[in-house]
Amino acid sequence: MRILEINHCRKRFGENQVLNDISLSVEEGQVVSIIGPSGSGKSTLLRCATLLETMDGGELKYLDRAAVREENGRAVYAPPAELKKIRQCFGLVFQNFNLFPHYSVLRNITEAPILVQKRKKEEVYAQAKELLKKMGLSGREDAYPYQLSGGQQQRVSIARALAMQPKMLFFDEPTSALDPELTGEILKVIRDLAAEKMTMVIVTHEMSFARDVSDQVVFMDGGVIVEQGAPEIISNPTQERTIRFLKNFAR
Amino acid sequence: MAKMSLGTMILKMSEGLGTTCGIFFLTLLFSLPLGLVVTLLRRSRLGVVRGITKVYISIMRGTPLMLQLMVVYYGPFYLSKWISKTFDVTFRLRWSGDVLVPIIIGFVLNYAAYFAEIYRSGIESIPAGQYEAAQVLGYSRPQTFLRIVLPQVVKRVLPSVTNEVITLVKDTSLAFTLGCMEMFTLGKSIANSQSKFTPFVIAGVFYYVFNALVAFVMARLERRLNYYR
Repeated sequence: MRILEINHCRKRFGENQVLNDISLSVEEGQVVSIIGPSGSGKSTLLRCATLLETMDGGELKYLDRAAVREENGRAVYAPPAELKKIRQCFGLVFQNFNLFPHYSVLRNITEAPILVQKRKKEEVYAQAKELLKKMGLSGREDAYPYQLSGGQQQRVSIARALAMQPKMLFFDEPTSALDPELTGEILKVIRDLAAEKMTMVIVTHEMSFARDVSDQVVFMDGGVIVEQGAPEIISNPTQERTIRFLKNFAR
Repeated sequence: MAKMSLGTMILKMSEGLGTTCGIFFLTLLFSLPLGLVVTLLRRSRLGVVRGITKVYISIMRGTPLMLQLMVVYYGPFYLSKWISKTFDVTFRLRWSGDVLVPIIIGFVLNYAAYFAEIYRSGIESIPAGQYEAAQVLGYSRPQTFLRIVLPQVVKRVLPSVTNEVITLVKDTSLAFTLGCMEMFTLGKSIANSQSKFTPFVIAGVFYYVFNALVAFVMARLERRLNYYR
């Protein structure tokens, strides 16, 4: 089953064409890594896919429901009610966690399912406990974000995204704000999710991790997909630009 | 006039303390929430609304509160006089009843503008990531504002609000402009009739103690919001 489909996505900021005819599809259970230099449009693509940024042209579909369709060369968004439903399909984990600092760990995870999805409190709390256990954070329900390490905060934010029971998860450079030790714990969580066949799209600079965990790797530069394919392209890139980029990681 | 002892002076001036406190609490009661409304209008999507709100705030901040009190109190009378003359009708507007009403209106209009600007700085200091996280989780715009943004704004603006509240305590003395019998007005009349400076010293002590209390209460509030960072 196809979870996400992006066709001919275009986006410009002023004179700068940030995304130029990007197409990408993600099947259920797939892990797709997006790599590339800063300013290549990776994050913008993720922000367009998660509806945080509006695209200028192209199509965006979740489970065959159109969030954006193209009409006369311009992107047309679905009505708000439909977008609200479509938002339930995915979760997003930010580089800077963006936890709600005034909420306890438990409330960070449980408020949206109760408030937005109108699910039963008992059920949501039980699920949150499970998720915290999975994230190795049992017993930290009442802590506030500032009392946790960066790695713990990121695990809470993953739990927060999972509590919405999304069909897929996006990660926007989930380890870029963390030191190497904490990076390891987050990568392990993502590996575990991959083992459970969670559908994921990950923007990352962790090359060996991307190679190990992904089914598909996308290399972007200058707003276009330069190279795309099996994770082996990280070890054996074919495009000159990809080779040059990956050389810097071989140090 | 008979000579007054220190005790009598203090007692006499205390009679005005109720009015002083009344101006203080009523102004806060109305201007704190009104400030929030003003700041929302100031951030409205409609340019006209934004423009009008900006002008209102700049007038409130750019002219003396004393003058604003006089405009609220005498304004309706002179306006109706001018209208009567210009359009050849006869009607007169003037405040009847308690002078406290126009005073509170003047104070509230003024303080709401200041609070609005304080709230605005607080709202603008909330990182975009908070809105984005809420949006991805499906919070509606009102839910995002009320549950995610506003509580964090309250914590951030509290020190600035404290400043403004302390200023308000001292500003209550401006009510004398409209002949309101609050504490400072009474003190001045005693000082005049007795040819003594003592009432001003007493007034100073009253304000100082009042503000010490305000500072104490606000510090406690700040501490209560220290459960997160």
